[in-house]
Amino acid sequence: MSSIVNRSPEKAQAKPDACLSVSRLCVSIRDPEQRDTKGRPLSSEMVSDVSFTIAAGQTLGLVGESGCGKSLTAMAIVDLLPKPQVYQSGGEISFNGQRIDSNDPKALKALRGKKVAVIFQDPMTALNPVQRTGQQIEEVLKLHFPKMDKSQRRQRSIQLLNDVGIPSPENRIDAYPHQFSGGMRQRLMIAMALAGEPDLLIADEPTTALDVTIQAQIVALLKKLQQERNMAMLFITHDLALVSQVSDHVVVMYAGKIVEQQDVPHIFSQPRHPYTKGLIAALPAAVARAPKTKLDAMPGQVPSIDAMPTGCRFANRCEYANERCEQEAPELTAHETGEISCHHWQTINEASTSGVSKNV
Amino acid sequence: MSDALLEVKELHLHYPLKKRHLLDKPSAFKAVNGVSLFVNPGETLGLVGESGCGKSSLGKAILNLQTPTAGEVWFQKTDISKLSNREMRPIRRDLQMIFQDPYESLNSRHTVSSILEEPLIIHSLGDRNQRRKTVSALLDQVGLPQSAANKYPHEFSGGQRQRIGIARAIALQPKLLICDEPVSALDVSVQAQILNLLMDIQQDMGLAMLFISHDLSVVRHMSDRIAVMHQGQIVETGNAEDIYCQPQHDYTRLLLDSIPQIAQ
Repeated sequence: MSSIVNRSPEKAQAKPDACLSVSRLCVSIRDPEQRDTKGRPLSSEMVSDVSFTIAAGQTLGLVGESGCGKSLTAMAIVDLLPKPQVYQSGGEISFNGQRIDSNDPKALKALRGKKVAVIFQDPMTALNPVQRTGQQIEEVLKLHFPKMDKSQRRQRSIQLLNDVGIPSPENRIDAYPHQFSGGMRQRLMIAMALAGEPDLLIADEPTTALDVTIQAQIVALLKKLQQERNMAMLFITHDLALVSQVSDHVVVMYAGKIVEQQDVPHIFSQPRHPYTKGLIAALPAAVARAPKTKLDAMPGQVPSIDAMPTGCRFANRCEYANERCEQEAPELTAHETGEISCHHWQTINEASTSGVSKNV
Repeated sequence: MSDALLEVKELHLHYPLKKRHLLDKPSAFKAVNGVSLFVNPGETLGLVGESGCGKSSLGKAILNLQTPTAGEVWFQKTDISKLSNREMRPIRRDLQMIFQDPYESLNSRHTVSSILEEPLIIHSLGDRNQRRKTVSALLDQVGLPQSAANKYPHEFSGGQRQRIGIARAIALQPKLLICDEPVSALDVSVQAQILNLLMDIQQDMGLAMLFISHDLSVVRHMSDRIAVMHQGQIVETGNAEDIYCQPQHDYTRLLLDSIPQIAQ
């Protein structure tokens, strides 16, 4: 790892302790059916100007509703975008100080899986159904530790299965994925991801397909493994309550852009962006609320990708929006506890702290 | 309890399992294993449990979409568990369902207006003009624009499709609505809109609901009473607040402890 860092110190814009640094990342999709005047396919931006850093041992929660670009961001980091239709159209991604987005594919392959590993949402489609679980883990070991011999690989696989809490791993190692339950499959995924001893673990909705009781087990397991290995973790989810339990810092995305980022106690105790506020207020169990009363639902819906407004993307659903919001896109602005992208955040927060009714 | 709108008595729904050997005794997977519950007019009973606990099977058995193995389902003083499809038809007017997946439960080749008109045609309610009026009133009621009538389901987002599903379910003005995970495929902000819509409709039409979900916080918000289901059986029933604040059964406690709470 250290050799990689030393090779290109001049490119390391990130803080020295940042494990992963993403700066002004843009991801676009090409539409082959629509062409501009010169006959080139038109593209539309799905992710715009996304920037964040994760330090070793820290967890960043990436929150947003479906289609907001959170998975695309993760896939751009590990270069798994379905190219050439979807591609990174701008920005930089650095890992331990080295840029990884413009790398040659070989260097990236060594990095991916070994230094950066991904856990996907649906373990059944991510695992190979016709390969025994042991083989699948050993494949990762073979790739990243070529010096290991066969019996060492098997030993290590059994140990990994044991680490992720699979009972009697010496017997289960020769079972096929379909012989495991959903929660156990997700444990297999985690074991595979950990096989290369990564510095960064990207968990893309790792518990969404699981029951709450299993979810609690998996989240506890991830936290424990993270502490043991001092891994950085990017935890992608739409579940605000879950993110509050696992993350040190939360990034909220809306329609392809970051609307707010703050550390964990503050984003929930003092959400500043109207969208974050709306999301928290819409949860049935968020605040002590009398049953069968109206939930504070946000009106309207997310703008579609081919009709993205030029101004603030949240303007059509925002109660504070005015003409400026419709014309001018807000920039991310730093404050004491994080960053926010809203023209009115100061007025909104003054109003809500002093209890004055919200009129901007 | 005799004035309950729906009363389920000792209901069983077993799925036969394949014999491993010719001489094996026939065995079955007991998806619903002796469930009794009731729903009073106008109230919401929440049914909560994890995947595979039999809550959807129970919903299907109540609707007689799957013929129950044993037990009785009393709806408006009739035992509907043994009726044929033809005999069920007039009863289905009062007994409607909202499905989880708004993508798969709407016919993609029908326009919204024909989706909403279909139940009216089946039950021969009104002439063409009256049906048109009903459809436009339904669209209003679920918060869809009038222009939606001539569009196809794929032109709508998940939340809007669920609104179409709700409109279809209430088209016949049923007395009981069985909602099987109606919001689990939806995002938080849309989920809140749909839950509000369901509560509005319940108030306006005074219908009863059986609200099936794996999400205890949603069930608690929507329900008057809650039944907790585990491995085909009801392990605990009670008032929503009692279940949430003073769970008696170990499984209910486990379920409650597993729900992530926002760390303040």
